[in-house]
Amino acid sequence: MTAPAITPDIVAQHQLTPEEYQKIIHILGRAPNLTELGIFSVMWSEHCSYKSSRIHLKKLPTRGKLVVQGPGENAGIIDIGQGYVIAFKIESHNHPSFIEPFQGAATGVGGILRDIFTMGARPIAVLDSLRFGKLDDPATGARNRRILSGVVGGIAHYGNCFGVPTVGGECIFESCYDGNPLVNAFALGVCRKDEVFYAKAAGVGNPVIYVGARTGRDGIHGASMASAEFTEESKQKRPNVQVGDPFMEKLLLEACIEAMHTGAIVGIQDMGAAGLTCSTCEMGSRGGVGIEIELDRVPQRESGMTPYDIMLSESQERMLLVAEKGREEEVYRVFRKWGLEAAEIGVVTGDGKLRVRQHGEIVAEIPNRQLADEAPLYNRPYTRPPQRAEVAGPGPAPLQTQDALPALIASADICSKRWIWQQYDYQVRTNTIAGPGAEAAIVRIKETGASVAISLDGNGRYCYLNPREGAKLAVAECCRNLATSGSVPVAATNNLNFGNPERPEIMAQLVEAIEGIAEACVFFDTPITGGNVSLYNETLGEGIYPTPVLGIVGTLKTAAPVTIPFKHAGRAVMLVGGIGACNDLDFGGTQYAKSILKQLWGQPPALDMDYEKRVHDAIREILAEGLAESAHDLSDGGLAVALAECSFGPAGVGAQLDIDSDLRPEFLAFHEAPSRILISTLNANTKRVDAIAEKHGVVAPVVGVTIEKGIEIRQRSMTLGSWEIAALKHSYETALESHLSQGAANV
Amino acid sequence: MKFGVIVFPGSNCDHDAAYAVAHNLGQPLHHTAEFIWHSSATLGGVDAVILPGGFAYGDYLRCGAIAKFSPVMRAVKRFAAEGGLVLGVCNGFQILVEAGLLPGALMRNRGLKFICREVRLRAATTRSPFTSAALPGQTLRMPIAHGEGCYFAEERMLDELEAEDRIAFRYVDNPNGSLRNIAGILNRERNVMGMMPHPERASEPLMGSADGLVVFQSMLHAHSILQKTPQATSAV
Repeated sequence: MTAPAITPDIVAQHQLTPEEYQKIIHILGRAPNLTELGIFSVMWSEHCSYKSSRIHLKKLPTRGKLVVQGPGENAGIIDIGQGYVIAFKIESHNHPSFIEPFQGAATGVGGILRDIFTMGARPIAVLDSLRFGKLDDPATGARNRRILSGVVGGIAHYGNCFGVPTVGGECIFESCYDGNPLVNAFALGVCRKDEVFYAKAAGVGNPVIYVGARTGRDGIHGASMASAEFTEESKQKRPNVQVGDPFMEKLLLEACIEAMHTGAIVGIQDMGAAGLTCSTCEMGSRGGVGIEIELDRVPQRESGMTPYDIMLSESQERMLLVAEKGREEEVYRVFRKWGLEAAEIGVVTGDGKLRVRQHGEIVAEIPNRQLADEAPLYNRPYTRPPQRAEVAGPGPAPLQTQDALPALIASADICSKRWIWQQYDYQVRTNTIAGPGAEAAIVRIKETGASVAISLDGNGRYCYLNPREGAKLAVAECCRNLATSGSVPVAATNNLNFGNPERPEIMAQLVEAIEGIAEACVFFDTPITGGNVSLYNETLGEGIYPTPVLGIVGTLKTAAPVTIPFKHAGRAVMLVGGIGACNDLDFGGTQYAKSILKQLWGQPPALDMDYEKRVHDAIREILAEGLAESAHDLSDGGLAVALAECSFGPAGVGAQLDIDSDLRPEFLAFHEAPSRILISTLNANTKRVDAIAEKHGVVAPVVGVTIEKGIEIRQRSMTLGSWEIAALKHSYETALESHLSQGAANV
Repeated sequence: MKFGVIVFPGSNCDHDAAYAVAHNLGQPLHHTAEFIWHSSATLGGVDAVILPGGFAYGDYLRCGAIAKFSPVMRAVKRFAAEGGLVLGVCNGFQILVEAGLLPGALMRNRGLKFICREVRLRAATTRSPFTSAALPGQTLRMPIAHGEGCYFAEERMLDELEAEDRIAFRYVDNPNGSLRNIAGILNRERNVMGMMPHPERASEPLMGSADGLVVFQSMLHAHSILQKTPQATSAV
């Protein structure tokens, strides 16, 4: 067999630049063969190497007193006390989910779950942040609905079968996600602090063991696909999307955790993006050792696979581990019990090289460290983010508050996502204290008796208007959700979804957003312990809004949480943080501007981080003293939407608000200034709530009273709108299904 | 009372079931639940068996279609034939049906989608070791989480189930299209019950409902009577 010569064309097909190719020649001291070129191309892809973002990611805070493991491992690890830690991370599967929604999303969940249990932690919660194109768009709606159904079905299929509860998330619809849906999956697991495993090879002579599913030709070059823009040809890349087997993953989980307990495992890493290539060279690099493998021993699903195929395959549900020499049988025994294949495919060496043999002959030989850690690093030029034409401000409102609220409640962004989360098993493991639809998800840790709260948030509209401020707002919103659930934020993970970084204005969005996250995460004391960067989210030159998604985790003691709905009539309604400010400029990123005015202009709402934090301290203290019967933060759709959501509880209790404010009526009802939380409390408690608020330097005006039926908002005694709860609630709960079926009827 | 929880590859509610009976039933913690591996030929002296929810063997074929062939099912059948209490929840119900311990079949939900939510159930009979702690006609709140929970049987069988008072639970608002709103049924001897809703997920107030305890308390009660009976006999 004669190896094809490496031509500039072949180099280009591997998405390597001529300079990068020269660097490869320099590292090897010779020209690479095709297998080696393939190995370099995946390891140096944007997806694996973060070559465009790494310089800026260094700005993120990664240390903290609870951080056991920061970025650089499969997941970040945080100490939660009593000898236990949690491991968590968020990761994207955007590109595969566009090409094949069901399997793309399913394997996205599979990948993040492996990242968690690779570290020895049993996954106990999954959340998803989703973005799709508009469901009722005449041109793209049908495809968007198909993608939504497929993605939700895929997440459900994988998570439900695996046995991890999908406890929350978010889902937003914008035209910019038409050709680039975003599927960001977050997972969190728990384990004993002294039983954490790392993806590090060690001990020259130790066996390298392959476990799990066999290797096929699926997913070859998935990592590179995720590192390029979509074109018409991308649709031909369907074979690049892997197929998930959640049952296999469940067995792999149980077997890996049991095998770890034997004490015979030195290091372990899952085979995700870039498969066998990534796991071998990264484990070797982290341990400062070499790894030699023989491809003939790799369990294969089909015959005639080349070294190139085997090394680049992204077949799912596979793990690579290094065991202690002489104790292999202990490991094999566990995998046999679970009916899984395990094969010794190689050995740890002392020469720092990744050496790959087939039929005994060397087919690739590359220094691990240079391959894994010396990927090219780009400080790509950046100018300033694209600017939106400054609009003077909204004209007269086309809809009065009375009609605007029902319209917003029924919009796809704001309506209940029950149609989605009802397809997820959100209760398995019987730890879900607050599930989908709650302020933040809360999951009990049976091992310690404590609980963790999790919130995911991102706002592409805000970030498009101002990436730095939009990113800070996402951090603030997550922390506010956690505070409103009674928990203290401790650490964060982020998923940076952006367009093509080779365009200076897109690169500017990325830089600004990272700096915004850094600033806010330092301020709120939530170090970033890991995450993911997804670039090139563009189709035919159309980029997405810059969409950094934050996942922040907090801790709290296990107890029944204070929930969103009003419980009883005759209670005082208070707005912790106050009415907030809004002007023409700040109103342009709101849901009202989007759904009612069909515009986007100006700036995101102004955030005062210091005030925000004091609001968090105040609400936590109010909740801890048992003063609030209900609590809900103001977010998309502002005060009116929050009020409606508080009125959709089983008690059917609504409220009548009368607000003393000079704001324009639509601003008052729908502006989205942060740092505001709506609570209901016994009249006798308002003084105490006030005192707590004052102590923290925030206002908490009484804005109304809960009532037996109906919702009403007044401004200085003048009614802006009054609504019957049942009709609003029905529309809130069924709107997403209507968007899906009405759209379908139009086809 | 010692519950044996069967673990098939792919079971994922096994720990939840064990936790519920060990922590929420007021029994002494030790020896209240033990796991039984699917390849085991015996049940090892447990007082009752729970087939938990999950996706046994992946359920890529028909739900429970492979699990019925596992070695442990022979032991479960023997145990049932000897009068032992067998509870199948969700996937466990599907397996009991496939194994022929209960009649009928569980088909795809009417909406063809997986549904996870709380439902209201009516205790259709209190004359069983799984429902005796319920009040007649009592409404209970428990979650469901399944894609294939639509109960089907031929008309004649449905009539027979009703005539013999073998319908244990009915849905108040039928979520999945089950015939005659059936959520759980008994075998003719009344010592085997299968149900789609998850009593173990409704076994403490923190989870939103403790109504599922009715099932386990009934089993506890039935067991205590069984234990007393032989003593009474020997005293005579």
